[in-house]
Amino acid sequence: MTDQAQLLPGTLDLLILRAVSLGPLHGYGILLRIGQISGNALMIEQGALYPGLFRLVKQGLLKASWGTSDNNRRAKFYELTTAGRSRLQVETDSWNRLAGAIAAALSQQPEEA
Amino acid sequence: MKLFDWIRFPMASLFQPAKLRAEMEEELRSHVEHRADDLVRSGMSRDQADRQARIEFGAREKYKEECQEALGGNFLATLLQDLRFSLRVLRKSPGFTFAAVVTLALAIGANALVFAVVNALFLRPLNVPHGESLYSLQRGNEKYIVQSYPDYLDLRDRNRSFDDLAAYSISQAGLDTGKDPATVWGYTASGNYFDALGIQPYLGRFFHGSDEHGPNSAPYIVLSYAYWHTHFQDDQGVVGRQVRMNKHPFTIIGVAPPEFHGTLIFFSPSFFVPIVNHSQVDAWDDMNSRGSRWVFEILGHVKAGVTPAQASADLSSVGAYLQSTYPKDDDQKTYSLVRPGLHGNFFAPAVRAFLTGLMLLAGLILLAACANLGSLFAARASDRGREVALRIALGSSRSRILRQLMTEAVLISMAGGTLGLAVSVVLLRRLSVWQPFPEFPIHIPVNPDASVYWVALGLALVSGILFGIVPVRQVLNANPYEVVKAGSSARMGRRVTVRDVLLVVQIAICAVLVTASLVAVRGLARSMHANLGFEPRNVLLAQTVLSMAGYSEDRIPAMQERMIEAMKTIPGVTDAALVDTPPLHMGWSISTVFKDQTADLRPSNAAATAVYYRVSPEYLRTAGTALLAGRGFSSSDSKDAPRVAIVNGEFARTILGSKASAVGSHFKMPDGTRVLVVGLVEDGKYTANLAEDPQPAMFFPLLQLPASDTTLLLRSSRDLQLVAPAIRTKMRSLDAGLPVFIQTWDEEMNGALFGSRVATVSLGVLGMMGAMLSITGIFGMAAYSVSKRMRELGIRVALGAQKTEVLQTALGRAVKLLAVGSALGLLLGLLATRVLAFIVYQATPRDPFVMVGVVFAMIVLGLLATWIPAQRALSIDPLALLREE
Repeated sequence: MTDQAQLLPGTLDLLILRAVSLGPLHGYGILLRIGQISGNALMIEQGALYPGLFRLVKQGLLKASWGTSDNNRRAKFYELTTAGRSRLQVETDSWNRLAGAIAAALSQQPEEA
Repeated sequence: MKLFDWIRFPMASLFQPAKLRAEMEEELRSHVEHRADDLVRSGMSRDQADRQARIEFGAREKYKEECQEALGGNFLATLLQDLRFSLRVLRKSPGFTFAAVVTLALAIGANALVFAVVNALFLRPLNVPHGESLYSLQRGNEKYIVQSYPDYLDLRDRNRSFDDLAAYSISQAGLDTGKDPATVWGYTASGNYFDALGIQPYLGRFFHGSDEHGPNSAPYIVLSYAYWHTHFQDDQGVVGRQVRMNKHPFTIIGVAPPEFHGTLIFFSPSFFVPIVNHSQVDAWDDMNSRGSRWVFEILGHVKAGVTPAQASADLSSVGAYLQSTYPKDDDQKTYSLVRPGLHGNFFAPAVRAFLTGLMLLAGLILLAACANLGSLFAARASDRGREVALRIALGSSRSRILRQLMTEAVLISMAGGTLGLAVSVVLLRRLSVWQPFPEFPIHIPVNPDASVYWVALGLALVSGILFGIVPVRQVLNANPYEVVKAGSSARMGRRVTVRDVLLVVQIAICAVLVTASLVAVRGLARSMHANLGFEPRNVLLAQTVLSMAGYSEDRIPAMQERMIEAMKTIPGVTDAALVDTPPLHMGWSISTVFKDQTADLRPSNAAATAVYYRVSPEYLRTAGTALLAGRGFSSSDSKDAPRVAIVNGEFARTILGSKASAVGSHFKMPDGTRVLVVGLVEDGKYTANLAEDPQPAMFFPLLQLPASDTTLLLRSSRDLQLVAPAIRTKMRSLDAGLPVFIQTWDEEMNGALFGSRVATVSLGVLGMMGAMLSITGIFGMAAYSVSKRMRELGIRVALGAQKTEVLQTALGRAVKLLAVGSALGLLLGLLATRVLAFIVYQATPRDPFVMVGVVFAMIVLGLLATWIPAQRALSIDPLALLREE
């Protein structure tokens, strides 16, 4: 547990969008998917997922519908809307740029003066 | 809180669909179940798995709330929560809550009161159907808006912009309804008056334009509801009954509705009579004279689609026609439209200036109250630093805490606003039925309406936010770790805090208010001692209107002669005289006058407009007016003798050139009569306002310029209360049917002093409120600083500090702030005095009395406010204090 990384603010939404982009999922499923694709490297409190989900639905990036899960339980499934898909694209690009820039800056060896 | 819970649940479900909450609940439960399924699969027992899944999920209620926030739908739920918490907190400190609510109630009540008066006089249209399109006519830029009757007829018939133009004049008449004849005030109104205004009768019918068939052709009278109610006890059968007005028979044809009080805002007439019968009411036949302007006001509804500018252009073209047709009488051709109800520019500017001043001061009161409450809130916030820190440490967001503090502030402001509004409504109702003068039907329709309520609640909300904002920075900067660690010990900061600034502001405002009220009191005192140009003490006034008793013009002089002779026989009466209207009475006569060498007597060539009085020969001596040069009138200044006049100093200066050459010179009246000046008297006060500048006045012999409406002046060496019944007896023996109204001249002067009295009382009340606010402000600050520094003071006492040193430590800061604030306020107040000059007689800031008074008042306030905290600081027992710690 201790080697898990804290989420940067604002990145949870991006992770949710990414998780859902692979197919409709219910809340717990999203959490499992994020763990799976991130190699369990990120620490997310389970309940913290939901305010994010509601926010994305409100923004029209996700849509939700009730269905039945593999465990044969009622659950609310989320999937990307068209707007959600393009937002994911934009956010991914800008994240990559940022991450690349920061990685470059950090890996730069100071030149001897 | 029982009641509140009872309200809360239905409300919450009302504003937040239950379905949404159930869905959210189900979704979260589904999540926990899925997690538990996984845990069971990994080998846990079901019970253990459920428990573990719930723990892993985290603070479920918190997330639910956040979800609702994400949906933006729980504003009301949060508000209710905040309200509930605020109520609980406020209930725990009833003293604070009470002080805050009462402070605001006073401030908002004062503002609501002033606004209601402004609203009634200037903002709200007259209480007639479609009042917003009703305008009255103003000729040129004259101060008086009176018109002549023939001009009115031309304007009515020749304009194309008004639905109809109505006119009225105010008269006093003797009304005999079968019982005691009494003088009452009413309107003589044009036949179309009620139709033009769109008023429907309460009982019977109104008169119409079709009732007018020449002079005295419509002997009909319409009663006001109030008069009918008090004099006929709501008798429905009153219609058709005969009454006698000035001995002329009139038929009651109807009763006006209760909400209609005529078209002059502060005056409530008792009757309405067609204007064609004006000469029977006022005994004065000027219906056909274009030069005689007595029609009090002309007003009407502008036609739909016509702008006021177009309407005045149209009227001015009628004016141009009048000017070219009657060059001698009508030479001011432009007309403009003014708000009806305040007699054009005559009352409006003075009243407006006064109310503007009051509004400013009331606003200052509210500002002072906000400053006061702001510092109270800041003090509370720092006392609650521990609570706030704990809440932040436990995960509450700062915005949530601020929101709750804001809710508390607004809750207090709303409670204060509501209370203040309730009090002001009661006062306004009282004011609406207030009758300051026994003989004159004042009516001030200041009943509050919706706009007053809105303004009061708006002000409450704004002030709540204003003083709620003060502690914001404090909360934002709160560092939970520091506060929890160090406890709530006082910061010993020496820097200037927000609270200090607020206190200085508040004291400065208070000092402004105290200055203003002292200036007003001083002005009133000065106007009491101003040289009036007559000596009202020991004089009785007996008002008689001979025309009311049916005297014809030729019989009036003889009757007046007999009245004076009869009065002189009353024991104790040293002098008796007649005057048409005593100076400083409501209602006075003016006339333009011309220099002797002026040949073209058109109004624009006039040398001045002078007040004039028609007096009997004994007037000057009876009134106590000093004759400076020349002679008084005698009985030889009769109808057939050359016209003579006595003028005052101002008249001599402005029209005759100098005081020295006044006696013996001539001037001309508008009709061309040359008048010889035979006497010069001192300047005095003439129109109904003690603050007036010196103005020209002239006196004419009653014999040369007769008047039927006269007042007897009796100077007596005996107690006036004993003389009054004797006057009544004498008058009855002369003519039993003659109505007489007797009062002392001092009483009568109340009318003239009315303006400055109202000003003084209102400014005094505002000053008192300011003083109270600053006492509570200083007290709060001083008490707070003493209680915060109890421990420090205790140690100082233990180390041998003297009483003065303790006091200096405890209260030095408060006293310093008080001094700075007072100095600032005095300075501002002296500047503000210029505004007061509009209403207060000779308001001058450089008055040593005012200066000393303000300083003295502030010292007293400071002593009062710091007394209790000082006692507390002095009674510190270091042993007890140290034991407690």
